[in-house]
Amino acid sequence: MSGPNTEFDPKQVAALNPAAIDEMVEAAATDIAAAADLDALKAAKVAHAGDRAPLALANREIGALPPAAKAEAGKRVGQARAQVKQALEEREVVLLRERDEQVLRSEAVDVTLPARRVPLGGRHPLTTLMERMADVFISMGYDIAEGPEVEAEWANFDALNVPPDHPARTMQDTFYVESAESGVVLRTQTSPIQIRAMLERPLPIYVVAPGRVYRTDELDATHTPVFHQIEGLAVDEGLTMADLKGTLDHLATQMFGAGIVTRLRPSYFPFTEPSAEVDLECFVCLGDSVGDPTRPCRTCGSEGWIEWGGCGMVNPRVLQAVGIDTDRYRGFAFGMGIERTLMFRNGVTDMRDMVEGDVRFTRAFGVDA
Amino acid sequence: MRISLSWLRELVDVPDDQSGRDVAGHLIAAGLEVETVESVGEGLIGPIVVGEVLGIEELTEFKKPIRWCQVDMGGGSPRGIICGARNFTEGDLVVVAPPGTTLPGEFTITARETYGHVSDGMICSERELGLGDDHGGIIVLAPGAAVPGADAADILGIGDEVLDIAITPDRGYALSARGIAREVAIAYELSFADPADRPETLPAPADERAPAHCASDDLDACPLFTLRTITGIDPSRPTPQWMVNRLRDSGMRSVSLAVDITNYVMLELGQPLHAFDLDTLQGTVRAGRADPGEKLETIDHVERVLDVTDLTIRDDRGPIGLAGTMGGAQTEIGDATTNIALEAAFFAPDVVARMGRRHKLSSEASRRFERGIDRALAPIASARGAQLLVELAGGTYQGMTAVEAPMPDRAIEFAPDLPARVAGMEIPEGTTRAKLEAIGCVIEEQGNTFLVTPPTWRPDLTDPADLVEEVVRLVGYATLPSTLPTAPAGHGLTHAQRLRRRIGTVLAARGLIEVLTYPFTSDADADSLRWADDDPRRTSPRLANPLSDEQPKLRAALLPTLLAAAQRNIGRGAEDIALFEMGSVFQGTAGSSNPPRPGVTDRPTDEQWQQLQGLLPNQPAHLAAVWCGNEIAKGWQGPARAFTWADANEAAQVIGDALGIEVTSVTGADPSFHPGRCAQLLVGGTPIGVAGELHPAVTEAWGLPARACAMELDASALITASPEVRRAPDFSAHPVAKEDIALVVPATVTAAELRQAIMDGAGELLEDVALFDVYTGDQVPDGHRSLAFALRLRARDRTLSAEEIAKARQGALEVAEQRCGARLR
Repeated sequence: MSGPNTEFDPKQVAALNPAAIDEMVEAAATDIAAAADLDALKAAKVAHAGDRAPLALANREIGALPPAAKAEAGKRVGQARAQVKQALEEREVVLLRERDEQVLRSEAVDVTLPARRVPLGGRHPLTTLMERMADVFISMGYDIAEGPEVEAEWANFDALNVPPDHPARTMQDTFYVESAESGVVLRTQTSPIQIRAMLERPLPIYVVAPGRVYRTDELDATHTPVFHQIEGLAVDEGLTMADLKGTLDHLATQMFGAGIVTRLRPSYFPFTEPSAEVDLECFVCLGDSVGDPTRPCRTCGSEGWIEWGGCGMVNPRVLQAVGIDTDRYRGFAFGMGIERTLMFRNGVTDMRDMVEGDVRFTRAFGVDA
Repeated sequence: MRISLSWLRELVDVPDDQSGRDVAGHLIAAGLEVETVESVGEGLIGPIVVGEVLGIEELTEFKKPIRWCQVDMGGGSPRGIICGARNFTEGDLVVVAPPGTTLPGEFTITARETYGHVSDGMICSERELGLGDDHGGIIVLAPGAAVPGADAADILGIGDEVLDIAITPDRGYALSARGIAREVAIAYELSFADPADRPETLPAPADERAPAHCASDDLDACPLFTLRTITGIDPSRPTPQWMVNRLRDSGMRSVSLAVDITNYVMLELGQPLHAFDLDTLQGTVRAGRADPGEKLETIDHVERVLDVTDLTIRDDRGPIGLAGTMGGAQTEIGDATTNIALEAAFFAPDVVARMGRRHKLSSEASRRFERGIDRALAPIASARGAQLLVELAGGTYQGMTAVEAPMPDRAIEFAPDLPARVAGMEIPEGTTRAKLEAIGCVIEEQGNTFLVTPPTWRPDLTDPADLVEEVVRLVGYATLPSTLPTAPAGHGLTHAQRLRRRIGTVLAARGLIEVLTYPFTSDADADSLRWADDDPRRTSPRLANPLSDEQPKLRAALLPTLLAAAQRNIGRGAEDIALFEMGSVFQGTAGSSNPPRPGVTDRPTDEQWQQLQGLLPNQPAHLAAVWCGNEIAKGWQGPARAFTWADANEAAQVIGDALGIEVTSVTGADPSFHPGRCAQLLVGGTPIGVAGELHPAVTEAWGLPARACAMELDASALITASPEVRRAPDFSAHPVAKEDIALVVPATVTAAELRQAIMDGAGELLEDVALFDVYTGDQVPDGHRSLAFALRLRARDRTLSAEEIAKARQGALEVAEQRCGARLR
């Protein structure tokens, strides 16, 4: 399209006129800046940078100029066109961004609409609490031992120094597998796992055994026939009651916090000698309810202490029953109720909540206790 | 064992400023579990007064008989009091709460008009005064016990404190005032005058009549048997009020003087006594085993059929009592009894325990014999009993007969530093000696060891460890230091333990909620699950003593107890629930008619241990889940999405993913499930469970919403199959080639079968194949459906050529056609 100006028509040549070129650039700049959207910018582009734009026409005139004028005019027009092109590009970036932002703005939602369709389920707090207690011991180097819930009477009683007619057998209200003389019971305690651990593991032994146990109690707010314990057993040279106490103190602190106060109280279990009950100072009344009828404490029954579990030094007769040299080795053992721990620690007030499987109970704990 | 503080104070000189709670604190620290400390008549405010009933007018115009009584309360004119009880007559001494006195339960007495008279006070029963449960009538004091107007509170022991102590099985000696008082004395470091050492005040035998003769036919079961004869007691004599109070505070009811004396001596010293009506006995009274099938009516009027393991007391006619447990009705003392044979004996703990279990019978006496009583006490306690019968009941002592086996030697060799070594703290030898002597041990030094002979009342002390406990408990557990042993480096959780935790977390993350159900079930549950008669899940151990006769069996699968938990939630208004449980199931039978009983003095042999394991049922852990209602409720994001059979399958497969195992589903046929919507779950071709939609009959029987779904699998098997170490993947960086194929197959061909055919046909270039569409309708013939799969092909080492891709695709089509009759749609 462009070509030499063959017509002889001495009119003013724009390319030679700096003011005219500046004016063209200015006009382009004004239109570009005024372009409110990409369509307007496109129109400005056609008008000022298109084939028929004044600067394009001016460019075309250059070819017809005398050689001496060509260079200067070419430089002037070229710079002007570059200026317009740059203005167009800059404006386009701005308008593109504005358009994209507008699209995003138009896609805005109400983020407070309920988002959850499948809420998190829950693990039973007894399960997670057992894991937590076990982890305290894992960190001390203990392993987790296991054993069956339906257990040989021998392991549940005989080997634990509870002979056949010992009152301790009735003390624990045992479920017998038919018939009552079958030699098989639902384990009344996690202690038979001690026997298994000692028969099956090399010495020294440091194990804990969380698990389910059974006694023939009717279900009420504070009793359940099926419940959980965590058993601990250490058999090593030179173990002492002080070691037992320290171990329980550590567990109590991990479960209830640094301020917890424990007490060992002499008691009786056939499989430990000496034996003790582990009590926790009532963390609701801190003992202030004792003997003060005006301040009854439901948590501890105004006794000031809460029974947490049983413990003691493994009765040498038990070590004998599994063939451990009692001159060389001593052991300590303990057993805590998981339900009781959950009640104290997490404020569960009714045992039935833990056994009925109501989803509202477990959901509240999520995946931790 | 309940005991009043005043009784303890009589035996030990406890400082006056010590309350019942203070004493309880000392006893708890020493190992006697004091459960409660109660004040006798707590809540009673104001006076109660002894009154003598001068006159009784029976008022008969009311619904129940009512008495209008004139009561002399010492000085002044008699008061008129209305009373509903009938267990008193004119001249009796009763206890009156005058107007203004407040009874326990915040009930204040006022003079008020009732039954047509103004009742000027209240004649009280034990229960009304908070003294006990007895509300059979009002309290009638012994004649001459007090004068009218006297302070009845003092006479009834009101304001005394009662300690209720739970006695552990090893401390039988503490089932007596004597035993508890000894512990109090030790705890307070006071001297203790043992009531068993009291000088005997029993008069010499009158020799008017030969004492009843006794014998023991089984010196192991009954190594000591004594029989004292007391004649001519006055059955009309009342029990003195102090004894009534002590019996009452210890939880026993006053029956008659002679019976009360036997009970009192038992509470005081710990030796059960039994009084026979001497005139009903024939010949020698002997302890001996029963003949099988013999019968005995005990004083609770139950006829008991005896066994050779039962130890009886017998006379020439046969059994007259269950030794140490309960007497026979025929020889029981009664209102007219005047001549008594008083038995005091030692019966072996295991014999009494076995008998008690066999007859489901427990008595105050058997509780003591089971725990082991003082082997030397019988003649001492029976002297005390006889003395009281002479002194209080006006009897004449006629002498004693006795038989006794030699006392066993019970000396224990004991290293004096053992308590310190076991406790982990310093305990000087002198302390050890002092504590052992305080509990009654006799110590003989033999070089570096002590030869310790425990007292006769401590049969529980047999081993050095027992003596260690005595020393350390009396030094005080509170003084033990707190140290931590150093365990060897541990192993952390086992693979199985880690996986069990993971399964729970994965299911919870997918919205399921864990429940822990009781594992008790029944044949009826099996019926409701439509299990066939020969379904192995019907074979599981049965309990001899179930909590409920309706749930006598242990579960062999989780579904029965899990569905019950789901039902409970539905019943409480839940609509959309997804529950899971992981727990033991019990398969097969358990026990033996003659189970092995290895000894306990040495390790069982491997064979014995295996035999014991053989008694147990198979107890794998199972995992089960149930889904009811919707996974997603209808909401602003769209319509509801109901749980379907696919969710059950998916859960099983996701668990497989979490464990690094492929769980596949093939067509299943579990009777509890919808016959067309049941998948059998496989791991490596082995069935490990079932998933799908429950059978409509099952959802109906269990009260679950229609279309509820469920899954159950053998978690133990799954965990066993799970690789402990996961291998790194080997994947290609070369481009993937994607091919979609839609195949028309007969409806009987399963997606899994067709998918397998494609995999086998496409060969090793096939990286993945996924079903993305299932179509039935006009476009395919009847009885057919179209399944569309997306194939991803890739080579390890090169970009695939068009020919290679076409060949793999063709291979897939050919095998699908051969195996499944598939044709390209």
